[in-house]
Amino acid sequence: MWSMRDWSVRHAHHLARLYVVFEHLMVVVGPLVRLIGHDRLERPVAAVERTIKGTLFDCRMCGACVLSSTGMSCPRNCPKDLLNGPCGGVRADGTCEILPDMTCVWVKAVEGDRNMGGGTIALLPASDHRLVRRSSWLRVLRQRSAERAR
Amino acid sequence: MTGLERPGTGPLNEGPAFPAMKSPGPIDPGAPLEPLPGHSSRGRLERVLRAGEFAVTAELSPPDSADPMDVFDRAAIFDGWVDAINATDGSGANCHMSSLGVCALLTRVGYATVMQISARDRNRIAIQGDVLSAAAMGVANILCLTGDGVECGDHPQAQPVFDLDCMTTLAVLSTMRDEGTFASGRRLDRAPELFLGAAANPFAPPFDYRPLRLRRKIEAGAQFVQTQYCFDIPRLERYMERVRDLGLHEKCFILVGVGPLASARAARWIRSHVPGVHIPDAVVDRLAGAADAREEGKRLCVELIQRIRDIEGISGIHLMAYRQEESVAWIIAESDVLKGRTPHAVHPVIPDYMRRKA
Amino acid sequence: MKSPGQLEARLAAGDFVITAETTPPDAATSEAVMERTGCLKGLVDAVNVTDGAGARTHMSALPCAAILAANGIEPVLQFTVRDRNRLAIQGDMIGAAALGVPSILCLHGDSITKGDQPDAKAVEDTDSRGLISMARQMRDEGCLPSGRTIDPPPGLLIGAADTPRDPGAGFNTDGLDAKIAAGVDFFQTQFAYDIEVLKRYMAALDDHGITRKTRFIVGVGPIMSARSARWMDANLFGVHVPEHVIRRIEGAADEKEEGRKVCAELIEQFREIKGIAGAHMMAPRGEKAIARTLTDYRIRG
Repeated sequence: MWSMRDWSVRHAHHLARLYVVFEHLMVVVGPLVRLIGHDRLERPVAAVERTIKGTLFDCRMCGACVLSSTGMSCPRNCPKDLLNGPCGGVRADGTCEILPDMTCVWVKAVEGDRNMGGGTIALLPASDHRLVRRSSWLRVLRQRSAERAR
Repeated sequence: MTGLERPGTGPLNEGPAFPAMKSPGPIDPGAPLEPLPGHSSRGRLERVLRAGEFAVTAELSPPDSADPMDVFDRAAIFDGWVDAINATDGSGANCHMSSLGVCALLTRVGYATVMQISARDRNRIAIQGDVLSAAAMGVANILCLTGDGVECGDHPQAQPVFDLDCMTTLAVLSTMRDEGTFASGRRLDRAPELFLGAAANPFAPPFDYRPLRLRRKIEAGAQFVQTQYCFDIPRLERYMERVRDLGLHEKCFILVGVGPLASARAARWIRSHVPGVHIPDAVVDRLAGAADAREEGKRLCVELIQRIRDIEGISGIHLMAYRQEESVAWIIAESDVLKGRTPHAVHPVIPDYMRRKA
Repeated sequence: MKSPGQLEARLAAGDFVITAETTPPDAATSEAVMERTGCLKGLVDAVNVTDGAGARTHMSALPCAAILAANGIEPVLQFTVRDRNRLAIQGDMIGAAALGVPSILCLHGDSITKGDQPDAKAVEDTDSRGLISMARQMRDEGCLPSGRTIDPPPGLLIGAADTPRDPGAGFNTDGLDAKIAAGVDFFQTQFAYDIEVLKRYMAALDDHGITRKTRFIVGVGPIMSARSARWMDANLFGVHVPEHVIRRIEGAADEKEEGRKVCAELIEQFREIKGIAGAHMMAPRGEKAIARTLTDYRIRG
């Protein structure tokens, strides 16, 4: 059931590289996006994002993607929404205390971090619940173009 | 008797641990201690730990009752034996009197309390408000937890909140204490003086990551940690080895969780039902083979404490004797974990209006 | 008696009660609570303690209420569903009773997006009616919704909020009836500055038999200035300040003084309206203005 998610963690280093390329690409299309308007693009881009990241990572559309800081294992799949590491309830076989069929997303994150070369897991701030269901890609794009404008 | 007299000193209380506490004061028993340099709180637990003493804390499970005497009765059996009392916050996702309510009652009569706050039931607005008021009521120690999933408890249909996690709670509370502001940046008129703690579980996977997670909690603001039940000394030793390599034991006081098991059956039940508790087969077998399992459980707990005490970098123990609270005094005495030291005894003077009507 | 409080006793005796509202301070000492709210001691029957008013963090309501109770001011503890799930709320209700809080007010709470931490998560595990029935079940049946016993149960008088409005065509009392059925013992209302609307509203409630089942404590407060009256009229849900009131304050030499006088006169008029059991005085950060209104005009419950 979670085979795709596991695949993503196993190939975390490739995905991380792909993300870097993707980010450059987004900056290139930035002016075009501005021309069409962020607001008009919000719904279609969010739909595409949901489909792609939903397949690869079981994305929950929190709107504040942190995959590159969590070994490409989406922490929003943790029933406790833990953004900063595993809780104390992980079972001896590495499965979740609440969903016994699922490997703890943080056990996976540590594995993904190892695949990405280690040291990628960062301390994340409290999440902004206003972003839920919005596109994380557009948000990053907007931030990047704002940085460049400065 | 007025509620304002200083609690009497009994044989347990001869030679309080700290000179600052010797000064006779008229004082309200719930009043904070004099501030000391290098201390972020005005509570006893931080003083005991910073003085280099081996500390003992115990867990009180809040009653299903609106009677304050039920809280005082549960605390009385720890009086003079422990340095602080933890009040759990809906442990196992079961509803009981809130940790804040229990701590407010206990600090009023002079007990040192550790308020547990779990991210499961409150968002950041409620957590910050609760901590501010806990400090106003005299609570000096806060333990930040993620909390058990609502699915394990008696209200599985409840909404799990998890707006913050234990890490971000620690960060928000350190900001309130050190910068004097809320997470929003709004200024506080008076910042809370707190000793901040977190939980740790060296006994759950991913094992390699657990010491790093401790480091992260220290970075976020943890000054002490209380661990999950320890029944596996070799596992704890490996964890502590890594903790010492990282130098974490010098930045944070580590209190290891221990508790007596009532029987082999109870051990098996806990192992399969309580998330995060690891009990090796050897322990279960030993209880199964004993003539008096309850006695054997207490004896085992004493042995564990004696071995834990000798591990370098450990600053204390945290006793969780659920439904065996009456055995806590015996375990502490028998293990000689305090090495002759006597924790401050409160001998509480309960206000008349809180007493049970006959 | 359901609770050990004075408020219930006085309501039951049919007395006209005075309650006031206070917002807990942004400070970690109990002195700060008494500095702000101590001025109401002896002047009112009970003081409501708000729970994260305006979706902003302050000292939380439960300990603030406990501090008031320990200092001889009877609190009404407000609960909202915005920041806590049912586990936390039930635990707090039991703890509140143990700490000497006799009454609670069950609310929905201001929207999180209106506050200063709009990025926080709104909990909303239940609604205000859910709060009411939880509290009632714990008190009357002595058990939690899960069935587990609470012994002794928390003796809490249960309140809810209401907004007086003009009872036009299609007026019904379904919302109030549902809250009463869930277990409400008294209502405290939003500001009622329009006395004519209030009279019509209370008459309509009387026709529907509501005033026989429960008690209404009607909201009012010392108006700080004509500007603040205009602001309340435009921004506060369900609040209408009539133009003649605003002009009267505007025309006065001392706007604050006139605002207090308006408030005192309204309270006197409340006493004459059938079905009104008291006045609930609110003024944001205006505890002292409330105390002054009560002493200057010798208002007693």
